[in-house]
Amino acid sequence: MKLSAKIYSAIIFGFLFAPIVVLLIFSFNESKSLSVFSGFSWKWYEELLRDRNTLESVKNTLVLAASATVISTVMGTLAAVGINKLRSKWYRAAMNTVTDIPMTNPDIITGISLMLMFVFVGRLFGASTSLNFFTMLIAHVAFCTPYVILQVLPKLQQMDKALPEAAMDLGCTPMRAFLKVELPEIMPGIITGAIMAFTLSLDDFVISYFTSGNGFETLPIRIYGMTKKTVTPKMYALATIIFFVTMALLLISNFIDNEDRKRLSEVRKKNKKS
Amino acid sequence: MKKSCISRTQGTYRAALAPYSVWSLLFVIVPLVFVAYYAFTDNSFSFTTENITRFFTATSNMIQDDGTTTEVRTYLLIFGRSLKLAVISTLACLVLGYPIAYIMARAKEKTQKTMVTLIMIPMWMNFLIRTYAWMTILQDTGIINGILTKVGLNPIHVIGSETAVIIGMVYDYFPYMVLPIYSILAKLDVKLLEAARDLGCGTVSVLRRVVFPLSMPGVVSGITMVLIPSISTFYISQKLGNGKFFLIGDAIEGQYVANNLHFAAAIAFILMLILLVGMAIVKYVAAKYVYGGE
Repeated sequence: MKLSAKIYSAIIFGFLFAPIVVLLIFSFNESKSLSVFSGFSWKWYEELLRDRNTLESVKNTLVLAASATVISTVMGTLAAVGINKLRSKWYRAAMNTVTDIPMTNPDIITGISLMLMFVFVGRLFGASTSLNFFTMLIAHVAFCTPYVILQVLPKLQQMDKALPEAAMDLGCTPMRAFLKVELPEIMPGIITGAIMAFTLSLDDFVISYFTSGNGFETLPIRIYGMTKKTVTPKMYALATIIFFVTMALLLISNFIDNEDRKRLSEVRKKNKKS
Repeated sequence: MKKSCISRTQGTYRAALAPYSVWSLLFVIVPLVFVAYYAFTDNSFSFTTENITRFFTATSNMIQDDGTTTEVRTYLLIFGRSLKLAVISTLACLVLGYPIAYIMARAKEKTQKTMVTLIMIPMWMNFLIRTYAWMTILQDTGIINGILTKVGLNPIHVIGSETAVIIGMVYDYFPYMVLPIYSILAKLDVKLLEAARDLGCGTVSVLRRVVFPLSMPGVVSGITMVLIPSISTFYISQKLGNGKFFLIGDAIEGQYVANNLHFAAAIAFILMLILLVGMAIVKYVAAKYVYGGE
């Protein structure tokens, strides 16, 4: 790398990491100040652990993200298998378009549109507030599923199409062929898709903001409420913890992806030799 | 026998797709229809175009810097401002991000992987907290001013300005610009660059006439992925703009909080239409540019 390229990269990464470094450092600040570091302390982490409402919202977020991940992974994987085998061009184009919509539409429109529908349907049934855990769950599944499909579909397309056919020729039912042959092949895609869905759901604020209600508060919504007032380093402590947890999750997904790639290239080498 | 077997498997695959088909009809398509429905109805759900006309005609008095007030079209002004800040942020992301994407694509494979991870790390931090952290860095008693006064310079006032909002947008959406461009540049055939050089192109014209046109698909998806969230954001402007710069997202959120769902839907509907048209134009122009209008 040329020196100018090195300097430029350093500036850009400096810009990208400045707020994160500030956050990490000030989460250990002894005083309340977010600009003067007066001494190291675990105080804010301790205070965070005593904050019932925040812990409750962490629990809510995890429950929501886990439920949304399970539903969107199962539905998304099945959908990818179906889309991969679709013969009707029209149906395929329609599926591609609806999969694109939640990813290209601004979050605020996804959120507003779901909220309007929930409120309308709720009114039909005479409910005063129709937003609750389940409306949020629907919203999260709606924006997570396309990402699962986009992870699984390429794996299905890369797969040797003769494999499931061979299994069926040897007496497997289509279901059995799918479970024994196709599923293990596309597993890495399913896992990365699931991890993506989980992190997207954990992190989502805008869509949750419009579809939440009835006292079910997730962490990003709580953070939004906290940043309306003056914030203490407690929130930074929280951010630091979330940051490392998300990082661990994504490193795991990277690792799985790498292993899968290694395996694939080895298989290819073997095939070439024979 | 064979035929029935194939159609039976087709049936199984269709059944696998069925839940998602129904789901996306109910929770992707129908909600969008509801946006249009609410946008064109009043509180008692009878047809009206009033919400749409309100967007284009509502006026308010704005206090100018010199103390005089002028009457402005509220929502057109807000929309114009959103568009301006989003376009500036997108261009800034492109200008700052393209070189880094290029540097990444030309680096050794190991370095490339590390750099991609480094670009992605900030996205793992919650969006609200990232933005808030910038607020503490930029505020009048923040770190930047702390350093400036220590060195003996005058403190600067950034929070509450358009610049602060732009910094926030560029920071939050920067990876969305770099990653698509990088993924195209990394796949670029080096032989093409060598050929161009052999045919007498200098470094600059190789970049301008070969690399840039070929990276156009990445640039287009980068622009889309930055422009759409930055035009519709409502948190960055509230925090870094000190609430002084109402954007289109703030307008939607404000109407939602005030329980004016029909007007909120009307603004969302207009935003959606404009984005659809805008994206079609971006794609059309890019296609023309790449293939020379063929």
